[in-house]
Amino acid sequence: MTDTDTRVQPRKTGLTRRQKRRLSRGAQYAVFAAAVIAFAVTADWGRLQNQFAQVDIARQLFPDLITVALKNTVLYTLSGFVVGLALGLVIALMRLSSVGPYRWLAGVYIEIFRGLPALLIFIFVGVGLPLAFPGIQYPGGTYGKVAVALGLVSAAYMAETIRAGIQAVPKGQTEAARSLGFSPARAMVSIVLPQAFRIILPPLTNELVLLFKDSSLVLFLGVTLEERELSKFGNDLASTTANSTPILVAGLCYLLITIPLSLVVRRMEARAQREIR
Amino acid sequence: MTRPEIRVEDLHKSFGGNHVLRGIDLEIAQGEVVCVIGPSGSGKSTLLRCVNLLEEPTGGRVFVGDTELTDPDVDIDAVRRRIGMVFQQFNLFPHLSVTENLTLPQRRVLRRDRATAARVAAENLARVGLSEKADAFPSSLSGGQQQRVAIARALAMGPEVMLFDEPTSALDPELVGDVLAVMRRLAEDGMTMMVVTHEMTFAREVADRVVFMDGGVIVEEGSPDRVIGDPRHERTRHFLSRLLDPAMAEVEEETPDQVGKAEA
Ligand SMILES: Nc1ncnc2c1ncn2[C@@H]1O[C@H](COP(=O)(O)OP(=O)(O)OP(=O)(O)O)[C@@H](O)[C@H]1O
Ligand SMILES: [Mg+2]
Repeated sequence: MTDTDTRVQPRKTGLTRRQKRRLSRGAQYAVFAAAVIAFAVTADWGRLQNQFAQVDIARQLFPDLITVALKNTVLYTLSGFVVGLALGLVIALMRLSSVGPYRWLAGVYIEIFRGLPALLIFIFVGVGLPLAFPGIQYPGGTYGKVAVALGLVSAAYMAETIRAGIQAVPKGQTEAARSLGFSPARAMVSIVLPQAFRIILPPLTNELVLLFKDSSLVLFLGVTLEERELSKFGNDLASTTANSTPILVAGLCYLLITIPLSLVVRRMEARAQREIR
Repeated sequence: MTRPEIRVEDLHKSFGGNHVLRGIDLEIAQGEVVCVIGPSGSGKSTLLRCVNLLEEPTGGRVFVGDTELTDPDVDIDAVRRRIGMVFQQFNLFPHLSVTENLTLPQRRVLRRDRATAARVAAENLARVGLSEKADAFPSSLSGGQQQRVAIARALAMGPEVMLFDEPTSALDPELVGDVLAVMRRLAEDGMTMMVVTHEMTFAREVADRVVFMDGGVIVEEGSPDRVIGDPRHERTRHFLSRLLDPAMAEVEEETPDQVGKAEA
């Protein structure tokens, strides 16, 4: 810094760039280490282990944890996803329709259901609809009810995603199809939608992850023992055993599914990035 | 003598207030090859797209064979099967292999069975010299190869007429020849063709007739030697001089004689 040339001199701190970088990184590690130590010192480890990591309580959870709770979580989520996808596709096509009332209806649906908490939709489907239409019967009982509720929760988001995917397919694709004699509907089904779904696979998988978590709202519908999914199962057993281990185990079961799914999404996104270049 | 394969009568097309086609009359006979040339924005693509109703004309009538396309009661999907179209940007279906690009339209639109569609696809890929790419995907092909597949895809539908909208404009110069060779062969086989192009050599050697458009009207038409070699209209002359020697166009007005030399 003995250089007298003042043309390109930034703020003088007396530190080189390398020194500054070292200092900044050192400070960040120090804060992190302090937080870990503070947690380790203040936490009551014996108590935590007692509450969350009781091996014999965890053992009691099997096999129902898998054969009932996990199975139901997967069933609820997948059936909700299928309903949401079908409904979302219909709404997306309505949104892009040349018929004004369809576009309007789809827009209204999307705005309403995107803004409502999932819990409210569950209560509406589980309590509101049966009261409003006394004769109503969901096919498949609770399973049908949950599929409809989760379908309604996810359809608005999926409709917007599918619409974006359809619009991302170049117009030339439709024109090529039409010039070959495809009808508009057939061009949509055979040419546009397959490409659109390829584009939106990552966001749709993300929605699946969200639905796995939302399926826990079944808790509020009142289900039989055999219909319990992970959250209700964990909650019930936590109260009967007066211990939180079942909740920890149920949580791990969710992660067992959602983390691999997220990794798949990240892979797909990385691949899509590469293909764009 | 033969009935016209394409007949366009007083065709008008506006986009909002933009009057793009201002009364086009054109007949193309069976087996005739017509090249449409003209400056950018003169309405060449719009004319071509009106011939298979990708754009809806605002006025006038379009016939293909004996069918009036502009009749609101005509089954437009059925007529389009008789008209092949090749785009500047190829527009192959990227999610399908080369063979599937050719077989899917046959199966979905013409309801051909799997074996027939596969056979017709193979024949037409051979016709454009790309049999060895049957299982490739479009993204792995060069632009010239993609355009030849696009031609084969249109041919597989057994069209009576082929429309080309600047089929070589998106290609690297060294790939243009392969595509033009395929089109030349198609012309020799007697296909009725309407080609929007800037390839003057192709127009001269292959076209039966050249149509020069400017400002939404046909300014002049005639044999290639007449229109390209000896243009009557100032607008045609101006266009050709700019096309054949873009660098000189600003400086000097070329005579038709010089145009001919530059061309050769
Ligand atoms: N879909 C459209 N909507 C609005 N205007 C359009 C549309 N298509 C074409 N036009 C306009 O019509 C005019 C003619 O366009 P056209 O594409 O037919 O010209 P062209 O002769 O093919 O030119 P180029 O050589 O650049 O392809 C242009 O002014 C263009 O802006
Ligand atoms: Mg054009």
